[in-house]
Amino acid sequence: MNIANYNKNEEFFVDLQRCIGCKACEMACAECETNGQESMIHVNYVEREVTIQTTVQVCMHCEDPVCANVCPADAISQDEFGVVHTANTERCIGCSNCVMACPFGVPKKMEEYDLMMKCNMCYDRTSVGKKPMCATVCPSGALFYGTRAQIEEMRPNSTPVNSFLFGKERVNTKVNIMMPKGSTELRIF
Amino acid sequence: MKERTFNTKALLIATAASVFMVVLVFYGSRKLQNFDAALVTYLFGTLFAFFGVVYRYTVWLQRPPTWMYFKRGINFLFTGKVFSHLWFLTKESVENIAFQKFIYPRGKYRWIAHFCIAIGCFSAFAITFPLTFGWIHFTLAPNSISVYEAHFFGFKVMDFELDSIMAFLTFHALNWSSYLVIIGSLYYLRRRLTNPGLIATQTFEGDLLPLLLLIAISVTGLCLTYSYQFMKGFAYDFLAVIHAVTVIMFLIWIPFGKFFHIIQRPAQIGAHIYKKEGMKKGIAICKETGKPFATQLHIDDLKIVTKQLGFDFSDDEGNSHLDLSPEGKRDRLAKAHLKARLEGGNLFG
Repeated sequence: MNIANYNKNEEFFVDLQRCIGCKACEMACAECETNGQESMIHVNYVEREVTIQTTVQVCMHCEDPVCANVCPADAISQDEFGVVHTANTERCIGCSNCVMACPFGVPKKMEEYDLMMKCNMCYDRTSVGKKPMCATVCPSGALFYGTRAQIEEMRPNSTPVNSFLFGKERVNTKVNIMMPKGSTELRIF
Repeated sequence: MKERTFNTKALLIATAASVFMVVLVFYGSRKLQNFDAALVTYLFGTLFAFFGVVYRYTVWLQRPPTWMYFKRGINFLFTGKVFSHLWFLTKESVENIAFQKFIYPRGKYRWIAHFCIAIGCFSAFAITFPLTFGWIHFTLAPNSISVYEAHFFGFKVMDFELDSIMAFLTFHALNWSSYLVIIGSLYYLRRRLTNPGLIATQTFEGDLLPLLLLIAISVTGLCLTYSYQFMKGFAYDFLAVIHAVTVIMFLIWIPFGKFFHIIQRPAQIGAHIYKKEGMKKGIAICKETGKPFATQLHIDDLKIVTKQLGFDFSDDEGNSHLDLSPEGKRDRLAKAHLKARLEGGNLFG
């Protein structure tokens, strides 16, 4: 595994309100060498008739990944940088436990391959100090990959948050979501 | 993930299974009468691998999600229409274990290469394990100098003329396996050395070492044949030792490394049975999108499994985040974010 040049100072910052649903990230994602030309990022419209809201979802790379915990085949692993890797092809049995358990709805079951695949933060790129494909093409700044200092300068009225509440469960992640200044968490329900 | 490193239950089961194996070797070789002493190092390697495989399998089964699938799979298989289930199991085993059909859509050449390795390995296992255990042995037929008999567990199973095609195919069976393994392994080695995605994520011990071991075993094995057939036994002893070393490394690596997937793969059939049976019992509808997304059984079981693992995605009113489809979950997150931004007084910032 190439670990020599992973840039620990750079992080992922996502701002869902900035997403314009252009799907440039979807195209770029398919260029990632680790997914074998399959796009892993999710862009959806939310209640299209009443709002222009879209969702853009990369893997949040949880500190204690539920997907890896519920995997019956030990196919999902987390490395020393906190990147949660896609299913190990020889182990994954295609059961979809991770797909249904992930609180962010990230893993994709590729029915044809009988295999789960997910975003691994473009490990072929980030492991050599480059930025993930989606973040390099996003035209509206919904997906940003860089240092904390950069994001603070660009978004002085926002705070990156990496703690999410789903009912009683608090999920801490490696990827941040940009929230109103001073926020410490995002409660989903 | 929190897991203990030492597992008493697994240790006991693995020890009992290994003792049982030793007993089978003793009686299968007719009280060691048919045991080939030259293979004793292989026997110890195999026994260690067997112990390791059973140990790891038991540890693995104890994980809550694995146990849930195992329990459900066995339950489904032996309740209701048992014969119909066994037929499904047989069909799935042929398709997924024998032919690994799920690899084909991932790439035609990947499938061919994997199939070569799989056939090579399975046939080599089928030949060498019984030979090592003394379960198979060959003798000349009584009152004959040209008919060879094969015995299994001390019982005669077949005979053939020396110098016949059958004899040629049988005596060189391990060589055929070697060629297949080498072809497949070279393809995968090339892939692992040139595919940028694999280069970024692979490890030496996890991905390259297994291929190198397979090639080393096959090449040294073939060298033994070449040595005695074409080179008057040149360096035969040395090659025999090198071959034994590579094989034993392979054997003791089975429980820990990549080769464990051979043992793990049947779980895929369990997952298929689980899905098939779950469909009969009802489909879960996403509370956010209103669309069907999984079997209700799967969602209900996941609620149990996540609780066992220390996760609780429910609130006090009994709502669970697991009742949402992946798309529904993403929608909820976007809506929660929109709400937080609106409350913050500014959509952007």
